[in-house]
Amino acid sequence: MNYFNDLILILDSTVRLAVPLILACLAGLYSERAGIVDIGLEGKLLGSAFGAAAVAAVTGSPWLGLFAGIGVALAMSGIHGLASINLKGNQTISGVALNFLAAGLTTFLGQSWFHRGGMTPQLNNDQRFNPIVLPFAPELAGVPILGPIYSELISGHNILAYAAFVAVPITAFVLFQTRFGLRLRAVGENPKALDTAGISVTLLRYQALIITAVLVGIGGTYLSIAQSAGFNNNMSAGRGYIALAALIFAKWKPWPALLVCLLFGFLDALQFRLQGIRFPVIGEVPVQAIQVLPYVLTIILLAGFIGRAVAPKASGIPYTKER
Amino acid sequence: MSVRTPLPRWVDVALLPALNVILAFLIGGLIVLAVGQNPLQAVGIMIGGAFGYGLGFGYTLYYTTDFIFAGLAVSLAYHAGMFNIGPEGQAYVGGLGVILVALALNGLHWSLMFPLMIVAGALFGAFWAFIPGVLQAKRGSHIVITTILFNFIAVSLMSYIITRILKPEGVQSDESAPIDAISRIPRLGEFIGLFGRSPVNLTFILAILALGFVYWLVWHSKFGYAMRALGHNPTATRYAGISSSRMIMITMALAGALAAMVAVNNVGSVQGRLILNFVNGAGFVGVAVAFMGKAHPIGVALSALLFGALYQGGQELAFSMPGITKEMIVTIQALVILFTGAMGDMLRIPLERLFARGATESGT
Repeated sequence: MNYFNDLILILDSTVRLAVPLILACLAGLYSERAGIVDIGLEGKLLGSAFGAAAVAAVTGSPWLGLFAGIGVALAMSGIHGLASINLKGNQTISGVALNFLAAGLTTFLGQSWFHRGGMTPQLNNDQRFNPIVLPFAPELAGVPILGPIYSELISGHNILAYAAFVAVPITAFVLFQTRFGLRLRAVGENPKALDTAGISVTLLRYQALIITAVLVGIGGTYLSIAQSAGFNNNMSAGRGYIALAALIFAKWKPWPALLVCLLFGFLDALQFRLQGIRFPVIGEVPVQAIQVLPYVLTIILLAGFIGRAVAPKASGIPYTKER
Repeated sequence: MSVRTPLPRWVDVALLPALNVILAFLIGGLIVLAVGQNPLQAVGIMIGGAFGYGLGFGYTLYYTTDFIFAGLAVSLAYHAGMFNIGPEGQAYVGGLGVILVALALNGLHWSLMFPLMIVAGALFGAFWAFIPGVLQAKRGSHIVITTILFNFIAVSLMSYIITRILKPEGVQSDESAPIDAISRIPRLGEFIGLFGRSPVNLTFILAILALGFVYWLVWHSKFGYAMRALGHNPTATRYAGISSSRMIMITMALAGALAAMVAVNNVGSVQGRLILNFVNGAGFVGVAVAFMGKAHPIGVALSALLFGALYQGGQELAFSMPGITKEMIVTIQALVILFTGAMGDMLRIPLERLFARGATESGT
């Protein structure tokens, strides 16, 4: 029974840690499916986390914070779009620039505005997104097996976390069952075919970038005003890159993306759990060995040793209309 | 009307990049202005801090050394058509080579130790870049993604090695045992009084030599010709009988070796020990330096000096104007990458129109 409770606790923190990954990963999915590589996810997460925390601290409203978080991500997507769609610049370089821009500006503006070494003021519960207790959760907690699963694991997350999980089936539906989804996938594989059919490649790619910004903006907001109570320097801590790795791992598909993000979240949760614990044969597992696993797994996948990850064909290539 | 007149060479090589950099700084200035600080005063303090006195200038050149190596590591790969975002990790792992050879032969005179540290660091750094090179060449894994991932793997690997293996007992901070003073690469201040106790050391001379070496390699060697051919047209390169996978692997290894010289500058001289996260972003500055310098050694040297001055001046700024933190430098770095790298052609079309009009007017 004790092991069961431990497992529930680990899975519960798995869910919490996976939420920003899921949102960022789905965000990347839309833009990469449309043919735009988004190395800048990391920066967008960081920027929107800052925007959300700053606005929530000033206005006291988490919803305005959410709008600000999405707004920051939209602005960054706008720069990315201008550079990589209109000016046909290198998308990777533009993404790298956005990451540095977020890293520099969040701390700089944070220090100028709040004078706390780049942190935003600590938020109280009214200014954050709080856990939602689902109906009957406390009453059912005593039921064996299913009780803890329902009241610990499924209930008690905030609305942004539930949004992340709802976004997965929606993405799967939009991508594979709607006309927009078909066009989105086509623009990432063969933009010329769409152009010939009279559909604007530029418009579609901007639409994809907008969806990307909304999702990653929610992810950043989750980091600063749902999971934590304020913004910290570099609080995205590489999650944008992990999400990118997860996206490759999931071969640019929504349901596998959910599974991979949960796996990476689980590794993250495990790493906290295993600190200082000695195992019978192998001894203590170094934290670093678990930290490094998502990256190593992605490398192995990229090298084609477990299946093959083939990116959308036109991804990373600016589209130039024939003159 | 769609006929475009190419720009005069000097505009393409000098004016356009310069305008892009100016644009990046103007926007940086507007941001400083937006938080209610005076950008001109900030620039004044930074110039004074970076060049105004010997010690400060020494610090500027110390940072410049790092940025030259990191910039060359990105530039070299760029000529072969690859975007190496990995100098950060390559320099970090290079530090392991430097400290291993230095601690094994601790007490050896620096004149013998210096070349050994260069070789050991270069081998380790080259190895860390070689793997992504192999994965790109043999398995088609995209170099941008793999070098980013290798930066993260380097962080975990090195943090394990430093905290669990190299850290001597009884030491609080996460660092290796120190290198004896006699084995450390001497500071320039020991020969030139002007630099005083500043950290600029003989590795700076090595950086100048590396600039020359890369120039020769890229533009005056057979290997460099093959490399540039690969960067411009991989298909033609294959028809010319050049093995692109071999080129990719060797170029990446060379780039990694160059990045590792950041470790020689830091571990082998200034710190005299391997400290956790000693690279501290210098590898990433290399990306900005390479784009701003158009991957040419002269451009790399100038932009490394500019960033060296920004870093040293930025430290000074943090003391004099508390309203501006040194993260403003990271913002400038981002703007430089954005305007010279991703949006590098934004001003090209207006400039082309301007020069085309000038040409027709003088023609009639």
